[in-house]
Amino acid sequence: MLQVLGQNVLNALQLGSVYALIALGYAMVYGILTMINFAHGDIFMVGAYLSLAAAVFLLGLPFKAPLPFVFVGALLFSMFLTALLGVTVERLAYRPLRQAPRVSAVITALGVGLFLENFTLAMLGPQPRHFPGLIPMQPWNIFGLTLTPLQVLIILLAALLMVLLDLLIRRTLLGMAMRAISYNRPIVPLMGVPVDRVISLTFAVGSAIAAAGGLLYGLAYPVLDPYMGIRIGWWAFIAAVVGGIGNIRGAMLGGYILGFVEIFTPVLLPASTYRDFVAFSLLLLLLVFKPTGLLGRPMFERV
Amino acid sequence: MSLPRWAAFVAVMLFFFSGACAKKEATDIRLGVNAELTGSKPAVGASCKNAAELLAAQINQSGGLKLGDKAWKVTLFVEDNEDKAESAAAAAQKLITQNNVLAIVGPNASGNAIPAARICEDAGVIMVSPWSTNPKTTEGKKYVFRACFIDDFQGQVMAKFARANLKAQTAAVLYDVASEYNKGIAEFFKKFFEENGGKVVAFESYTKGDMDFSAQLTKIKGADPDVLFLPNYYNEVPLQAQQARRLGITSAIIGSDSWGSEELLRLGGKDLEGCFFSTHYAQDIATEKAQKFITDYEAKYGQKPDDVAALTYDAGNLLIAAITKAGAPDRRKVRDALATIQEFEGVTGNMQFKGTGDPIKSAVILQIKDGKFAYHASVKP
Repeated sequence: MLQVLGQNVLNALQLGSVYALIALGYAMVYGILTMINFAHGDIFMVGAYLSLAAAVFLLGLPFKAPLPFVFVGALLFSMFLTALLGVTVERLAYRPLRQAPRVSAVITALGVGLFLENFTLAMLGPQPRHFPGLIPMQPWNIFGLTLTPLQVLIILLAALLMVLLDLLIRRTLLGMAMRAISYNRPIVPLMGVPVDRVISLTFAVGSAIAAAGGLLYGLAYPVLDPYMGIRIGWWAFIAAVVGGIGNIRGAMLGGYILGFVEIFTPVLLPASTYRDFVAFSLLLLLLVFKPTGLLGRPMFERV
Repeated sequence: MSLPRWAAFVAVMLFFFSGACAKKEATDIRLGVNAELTGSKPAVGASCKNAAELLAAQINQSGGLKLGDKAWKVTLFVEDNEDKAESAAAAAQKLITQNNVLAIVGPNASGNAIPAARICEDAGVIMVSPWSTNPKTTEGKKYVFRACFIDDFQGQVMAKFARANLKAQTAAVLYDVASEYNKGIAEFFKKFFEENGGKVVAFESYTKGDMDFSAQLTKIKGADPDVLFLPNYYNEVPLQAQQARRLGITSAIIGSDSWGSEELLRLGGKDLEGCFFSTHYAQDIATEKAQKFITDYEAKYGQKPDDVAALTYDAGNLLIAAITKAGAPDRRKVRDALATIQEFEGVTGNMQFKGTGDPIKSAVILQIKDGKFAYHASVKP
């Protein structure tokens, strides 16, 4: 019984890590623009496909590239290009609407998401793609728990990225600028902060982290299809709201909570069918009793 | 100033309406194809479309279908049902109302075929599903037929195979509870496995679109079954097998006809090496007729036809046989002709009809060997 519990905690940590990485993107953009970037799930999908492209290219080189090298190469390539994609989306689709009502930006974001899905579908065709295995999957047996090197890598790398992001936001000038914008956007430009550039960088960082999530997800669940970002995007969005949207540490916490909900619902209830029901009920209850999420601070309306 | 523009609009509309209303004497046989071209199993839709187009091209190249003293060309209308129940119904509706088809081939997945069948039945349009094995597709319908066996039989085949050949005492099932096909066959397997003296120790479900099955598989691992039955589609099975092996489940894994696409091997063949599944035909034991179809198909598309392609070809030929028998492309007459066909020799083998839309035919069991599908056994009904 204890073994089953331990095994499921591991399963939940693996899934929660990916949700947390994607939830960060929602939280960062909301924090700075008070806008929900519904295209973020699809940016994650593009990140997964870009890592696939890099991995296939590096594996196809005439000399036999060592697998850790392929992994790091795919990670950097996809993080860089996805960051570029995030910045481009912001520049072309969101910046022109900066002064427009907030609902216009949300609709635009949904449109960008649909565009990315259908563009990928049109370019690559509807066949699901297989992600080559880069990390060994032979399970280790420890105290009756089975653990694969890949699982360890996902949990550790996700944690590392989150620590780095936390440091970036709390300890650097860029992070300070981000926090300042989220605190009071009208005043910050008066202090000489280049708001547009900080917003671009926020999109770059959020998208790069989603791309890392895409690579890890692709390795763990090696079948990619153009619609893969939709469900995961929704779950990561709930994670960001549960944690307190706009709050980085809240998004990480929310990601792990959602991972546990997804894994433990079929364990505790008779069927997995209740899973979405449980997740959304949780969201509803939380919003009734703590509308700002677990770690969110109450927003005061500035008149 | 606005009058000329208004007049031009009316003129254009009149032009279109006159075109639409002018009833010409039909000279072609219009057949619809309702296939899963996009969505989660595009290989199924592609095979269905390819095989239907091959058949239509073959008929048209040989001068068309002769009914009496007149030769009819076959025109195909292919609709994508996006692998969604509501789109499958909408595609059937569109083929009937806009393209005015005589009959429809497809959809293939039961989750799409069941709602489309209802539309066809109500409209009095013949539908032949190549690949939908769930009994509900044709149940209580006059206009709906299929070219494959049903899950009643398939569940029995795999349950007996697991008991007799794999000597399994206990079995676990992991299936998609949101999909008609998966749910249906999972229940039949459970019923027949237990009737044959085995015990189903874990009966776990997930929902379409899931990628992580670790919670359910951890439960299954705890139950330690002799055999794990995965009656799910080719895009999900590789993930399930991989996650099962990674959690340390060593049971034999078996599956059903939804495994039949070569995509299964491409998406994760290594973890499925040695596994068995039931399906409709085997290329290794092709009859002369099947061999000709395989050669033609390969020449046109550069790949071997999978079971969906073969069944679509059979479904199409079944329709053509009925149209020939009826002597005119009339929905009512063709449906009556189709209902009286008692035996049909297709590329997937001999089919016998006993007054229902469901043929009685053999199943084959394939094994995945060296990254290929290899023939293992045939099971007669």
